[in-house]
Amino acid sequence: MERDLVCVVCPMSCALKVRLGEDGTVLTSGNRCPRGARYAAEEFLDPRRVVSATARIRGADAPGRGEVGAVARVPVRTAGPFPRERIAELLEAVYALEVALPVRRGQVLIPDALGTGVDLIATRSLPFPPAGA
Amino acid sequence: MTTLKPDAVVVGGGAAGMAAALELEKAGCSCVIVEREEGLGGILMQCAHAGFGLVEFDEELTGPEFAERFAEKVLASKVTVLDGATALELRDEGERKVLDCCSAKRGVVRIEARAVVLAMGCRERNRGNVRIPGSRPAGVYTAGLAQRLVNIEGVVPGRRVVVIGSGDIGLIMARRMSWIGAKVEAVVEILPYPSGLTRNIVQCLEDFGIPLYLGHQTTRIFGKDRVEGVEIAPLENGALDLSRARTIPCDTVLLSVGLVPENELSRGAGVELNPATGGPKVDSTLMTNVPGVFACGNVLHVHDLVDWVAEEARRAGAHAAAWLRGERPGPELRVKAGANVRYVAPVKVDLSRKNRVYFRSLAVLHGATLEARIDRRVVRKIRKGHVQPSEMQSIELGPEDFADLAEAGSDAVLEIALV
Amino acid sequence: MSGISDVLVIGAGVSGACVARRLSAYELDVVLVDREPDVSFGTSKANSGIVHGGFHHSGAKLKARLEIQGNLMFDRLKRELDFPFERCGIVVAALHDEEMRAIEQLHRQGLENGAVGIEMCSRERILELEPALGPEVVGGLHAPGGGIVEPYRFVFAVVESALKNGVALRTGFKAVRAERVGEIWRVHAEDGRAIDARWVVNAAGLYADEVSALFGAEDFAIKPRKGEYYLLDRAARAKPRKVVFPVPSANSKGMLVIPTVEGTVLVGPTADDVGDKGDFGTTRERLERILASARSLVPAVSEADVIASFAGLRPVSGDDFYIDLSARAPNLVQVAGIQSPGLTASPAIGEYVKDLLKKGGLRLVEKASYDPFLEPKPRVRETDAFGIDRLVAEDPAYGNIVCRCERVSEAEIVAAIRAGHDTLDGIKYFTRAQMGRCQGGFCTYRIVKIIMRETGKDWDEVTKRGGASRLVEGEL
Repeated sequence: MERDLVCVVCPMSCALKVRLGEDGTVLTSGNRCPRGARYAAEEFLDPRRVVSATARIRGADAPGRGEVGAVARVPVRTAGPFPRERIAELLEAVYALEVALPVRRGQVLIPDALGTGVDLIATRSLPFPPAGA
Repeated sequence: MTTLKPDAVVVGGGAAGMAAALELEKAGCSCVIVEREEGLGGILMQCAHAGFGLVEFDEELTGPEFAERFAEKVLASKVTVLDGATALELRDEGERKVLDCCSAKRGVVRIEARAVVLAMGCRERNRGNVRIPGSRPAGVYTAGLAQRLVNIEGVVPGRRVVVIGSGDIGLIMARRMSWIGAKVEAVVEILPYPSGLTRNIVQCLEDFGIPLYLGHQTTRIFGKDRVEGVEIAPLENGALDLSRARTIPCDTVLLSVGLVPENELSRGAGVELNPATGGPKVDSTLMTNVPGVFACGNVLHVHDLVDWVAEEARRAGAHAAAWLRGERPGPELRVKAGANVRYVAPVKVDLSRKNRVYFRSLAVLHGATLEARIDRRVVRKIRKGHVQPSEMQSIELGPEDFADLAEAGSDAVLEIALV
Repeated sequence: MSGISDVLVIGAGVSGACVARRLSAYELDVVLVDREPDVSFGTSKANSGIVHGGFHHSGAKLKARLEIQGNLMFDRLKRELDFPFERCGIVVAALHDEEMRAIEQLHRQGLENGAVGIEMCSRERILELEPALGPEVVGGLHAPGGGIVEPYRFVFAVVESALKNGVALRTGFKAVRAERVGEIWRVHAEDGRAIDARWVVNAAGLYADEVSALFGAEDFAIKPRKGEYYLLDRAARAKPRKVVFPVPSANSKGMLVIPTVEGTVLVGPTADDVGDKGDFGTTRERLERILASARSLVPAVSEADVIASFAGLRPVSGDDFYIDLSARAPNLVQVAGIQSPGLTASPAIGEYVKDLLKKGGLRLVEKASYDPFLEPKPRVRETDAFGIDRLVAEDPAYGNIVCRCERVSEAEIVAAIRAGHDTLDGIKYFTRAQMGRCQGGFCTYRIVKIIMRETGKDWDEVTKRGGASRLVEGEL
């Protein structure tokens, strides 16, 4: 099976053709540099994305209705690239979260998300600056 | 009314304002940041997606992470932060610049400073600016407003979305809307090429199978109370082909049709703007035509990476500090946009030191070469390969490039061109 | 609904509002209703905002007489009601010698009508009066008595004054049936409410024909005539000092360049008959026509300065106002076909309708407690730094600027909501928040949250202008 990819490593945007060789290696054409081949292999075999989302704040800690300037959600992201095929599953887990405040930037909210080895972390401290900082 | 008398006032507490203020403080200048929102960070706080800080921190951070790293430094410094405070007016009274700002907490605070750094950022172009006809139902948002609603307020703007314009915020919002369970029906771009980065086309549209209509104009938004759909038609050689018009039903329209530096305050102080950028014309020290007033970040010209904003803002802060110490730029040379270049910022370089000039191309060019010329004489040539308007470029020019300037004459002009 | 009102005014646009306020000076029980969720949401919200100069119409017409009378009432109204109004003057620019003949005709008409200070101008004179005009101008007309007014703010102020003097307001009241019960009219709304009244004034604008039919009164048709506009940024280079008119055509006064009271510039309107009373859509071709036409008068008009486009519908019925006691239905006054110069004429319409009611037998007894004045409201935009500081000391919400482009504070938005304007559009027309160059890009979410806080509504209950115009689906 051959797939068409556009390389996103640099603005050249090379049109890549990628297929699996008989020996299991990924064969790439259309790339103008080795970085393109590396991107193609990753994107072909195990596409990953840094996933960002927001999580609910636990009821008692959440701002009141119409509180202007208040932050209603905690922004989160995966600590590293996450398997693309499982993003929907991950988002379900994120949307089911109820985060208690205070929360600190970098705090792990879901360790080893879905057994992928990738943590989900908070990306904002609420309140900011954190007490005692 | 309270009056503060710092050495410098920085207008805006986003990435640019924080970076500039930290630099001023480092140079020993007292400094006040005036920020409209509660808390520092500016628009970064609603940018929940990753992709910030690759240059600055060598990490892929989200907007709030990038902002908090700066904010922590600002709060740990001697910089005074007036947040929740709207700048009302900036006046140039020669040696003294007066900025009035008001907030619920402190009433009106008058700040009298000897230097000002403008770092107010930009705003989104809206439906009126791009003149999309039709009715005026609810459900038409700029992408940035939708981003605020989703990422900070935690609400769903709508279920079936059309994004008009393929700027990066629009693409990122297409992904965000998909990730919160909405269906993005299309992204419609009037230009024949995308306005956003290729990476965002791949990861925000292709991952979700969202169709991108290039070279299509939105001819109408319709719907009585709430948006019911948009009509689009392809452009053939600049003319609308209405025979191929199509209707896309949706309940939400997001506009990602460009950003404009927000310079109303600057204008009031007599700052001269560059029509090509909408930002001030600045000299080699990022100083505007009003002595002592500097500009950096998106209020100067719209950047695509916050990392470059921080870089530029540090220079503005350092130059403002130098100005306060009484230093003045050496002999300068005018810079102008040459062939295939939309603008250059700053519009002057200092002959005695290294200068960084940012610019953007006018069109997508393959195999382009960047040329810096002084009165038609090429002083520097750099192979760029692929360039596109959505990716800001820069060039560093130093005294070695200006060596033979004596021959060029005093009214010489440095031209940045892509050939 | 208990009790019988003396007068029910249907339609809280500029005509109905002025009628209600005029009647509020008497010992009468007056109810003002509108089908929309707020007042001034029909024709009154989208028009040129001009107090006309009294030269466009032949004095044989009722509208010409009411225009002249209404114009003269505005200074006093401004003192009483504190709304933005400026007698900046009007020029009509002739672009070639033939048009000068039409100018002469307008001048004659103006003199006959009694328009104050009207003047024929040479090329030099008109360019001196209005330097923004293009070089092609050959001369024109100057009417110093013409002016500009913020139309919705005017209606809001008139309604507020009426309410202050005892008028009751019912919004979202869409009249669907009227029945005669003895000597009174019982008017039913779509939502089941009903109002009993001895007299009814039909000031229903675009829907005046349908309302007339509910009462079995005169059969006429209101034909919507659409006017599209462009709004230009307050920093636009093309800002004239005076309202600039072209030489008028047979069915419209032409497309104008208007310096609005708030500092923006309005260009338009087009004039096209449309079939649908709900068709407020703009079209590319017509908007292009506006720019071309406006540029022929004021060359600096630029599409780069456009911040919004919109359309309004004029309620056209014949070529004059139709204001009279109904000959077919008892105790009904028709106020229909109030297109241009309706805004200018509106104070005089109030007066005229009052006289008609009196003629019809309504007893008018002056109310001792009638107070024509409204307390001026502080506006941060119009206040200097020291004044703002004092306002914040009274109420910190004045220091919280919600709409940065038009500089509107949280206190002003709260005041609007407490006065009943709890839709985004209502707040926009009342305070100008969202009306500036970012068109709500920065402040919409803040306004929504203030509405939520003040009214207890949820995210999905806040609307742009009532009905199904909700802003968001709800929480994530």
